[in-house]
Amino acid sequence: MKLYTRRRIVNAVNLTLSVITTVFGLFWLVWLLWTLFDSGLQWLKPEIFTQMTPPPGSAGGLKNAIVGSLILTGVATLIGTPLGVLAGTYLAEFGRYSRVASIVRFVNDVLLSAPSIIIGVFVYEMVVVTTGHFSGWAGSLALALIMIPVVVRTTEDMMRLVPDTLREAAAALGAPRWRIICTVVYRASLAGILTGVLLAIARISGETAPLLFTALNNQFSSTDMSGPMPNLPVVIFQFAMSPYDDWQHLAWAGALLITLSVLILNIVTRTVLRPRRQEK
Amino acid sequence: MNRRSAANLLDINSRRGGLIDVLFRNISWLSAFLVFAMVIAILVSLWHGALPALDKFGLGFLTSKEWNPVTEHFGALPAIFGTLVTSIIAMLIGVPVSFGIAMFITELSPNWLKRPIATAVELLAAIPSIIYGMWGLFVFAPLFADHVQPWLTEKLGDLPGVGLLFQGPPMGIGMFTAGLILAIMVIPFISSVMRDVLEVVPPLLKESAYGLGATTWEVVRYVVIPYTKVGIAGGIMLGLGRALGETMAVTFVIGNAHEINASLFMPSNTISSTLANEFTEATGATYMSSLLAVGLILFVITFLVLALAKLLLLRLTAKEGKRS
Repeated sequence: MKLYTRRRIVNAVNLTLSVITTVFGLFWLVWLLWTLFDSGLQWLKPEIFTQMTPPPGSAGGLKNAIVGSLILTGVATLIGTPLGVLAGTYLAEFGRYSRVASIVRFVNDVLLSAPSIIIGVFVYEMVVVTTGHFSGWAGSLALALIMIPVVVRTTEDMMRLVPDTLREAAAALGAPRWRIICTVVYRASLAGILTGVLLAIARISGETAPLLFTALNNQFSSTDMSGPMPNLPVVIFQFAMSPYDDWQHLAWAGALLITLSVLILNIVTRTVLRPRRQEK
Repeated sequence: MNRRSAANLLDINSRRGGLIDVLFRNISWLSAFLVFAMVIAILVSLWHGALPALDKFGLGFLTSKEWNPVTEHFGALPAIFGTLVTSIIAMLIGVPVSFGIAMFITELSPNWLKRPIATAVELLAAIPSIIYGMWGLFVFAPLFADHVQPWLTEKLGDLPGVGLLFQGPPMGIGMFTAGLILAIMVIPFISSVMRDVLEVVPPLLKESAYGLGATTWEVVRYVVIPYTKVGIAGGIMLGLGRALGETMAVTFVIGNAHEINASLFMPSNTISSTLANEFTEATGATYMSSLLAVGLILFVITFLVLALAKLLLLRLTAKEGKRS
């Protein structure tokens, strides 16, 4: 009986610990969000969207940074999505069992978690040093490189969920390979691929490290991709580290804005797009 | 007919597709190859950039404690030290917590609670790292410095040996804070891998143990963990890879000092925070080259750690395939 009591106590202790760790994990999420709303919400005024980043000591907004971020992310998505989807298509369709595919799959999974700052350094070496100046193109390229592995991975996973019998049925009707992929496989896995792209966008819209050395920053509104581009994460970084109150307030407002967009994008993608995949 | 020959059968139709099929196949191959080429290109460009510094300092670059832009003497040891110490702290806190969360979700939680909790934990991973940095510097560090740090220093600072780790002025920032924030940031990654891994344990195995009268904890300890230990190790490695390379959050709270201190409360520097702070300000070829050299070190270390993680996880999947 003594042993039995001990086993029960050990069990109870460990299960309680398990619950505590879960609460511990969620506690930080709540605290972070609370901090963001507490210090950011009061500064999140309409001017944020209509005025430029100010010099220290005067009022202003984040308009140029927001616009810059949207452009950088948009261009990165335009570069990264086709490349990622095509590479995922190769892994799932043409080269499913080939040696190249297994190497690419391996490398891709490693790149998925590789430090983003290294991507920044790499693009700096390749683009900024070669062209001689910081540019929006370099920033977008860095973001695209971070995005590609995410898209490759989800595209492959989603396309492989499509049953082979569907492919064979299309093939039996005489459809060539490209038609099978475009009209059957892509259509069946569209929601999943879209999820991957949206999650990748969510991931790159908060990335700061790779932009530090590529897009840099710009006090003025700029839509010129060949020059330094203002962007939200780097502005937040610079303003948060500055000693000026106005700048810090703007940084908190920007931080709240960026986190809300990323979280909403995440939640919407997960709840709206994912269930359709599971119905299969 | 196995799947492989089914895939080959599909290829027969390729002949009918003609030019479009050939184009499609080659373009998609090229995109896939680009992913592979990217890693090679990163390695080559970092190596090329790091060469002058590696030539000048040789292996001493890894062991030198000096980081002096004025005299142009650079050594990577402080940054490597900071990277390792913060990552170790992150693992010591993050791994047990992640396991607890994974265990809660797979073994304890009622079904309706599983998804909300899993999603909430994953949202931690979605929050941009710069937000962790701001929160760490402006909210966590002052609280930590005022309330927790003096208490830790008082209680633990006088212990022989271990005490050294907890001495120093209560500044709030430093290696411990950076490690703790890293732990919070890697928890979602480790716990979601662990959750996936714990779910591959065949229910039959668990039910057999329950049938013998095992408690929940005993089932986890003697059935689930032995069955999944390779995968759990893979999850830990994945988290470690993330922690080693995390940049912005650490840059905010590490204190940016190229020093090696025994105390966890002292400022330090990691490889990634060195890059973030100094890269755009680096003047002189040697300085720049040294930064690229530490970047190369970081890339190689994380690549190896993440590759190991992937291999471990693959081994679990292979085992799963064999038994089912």
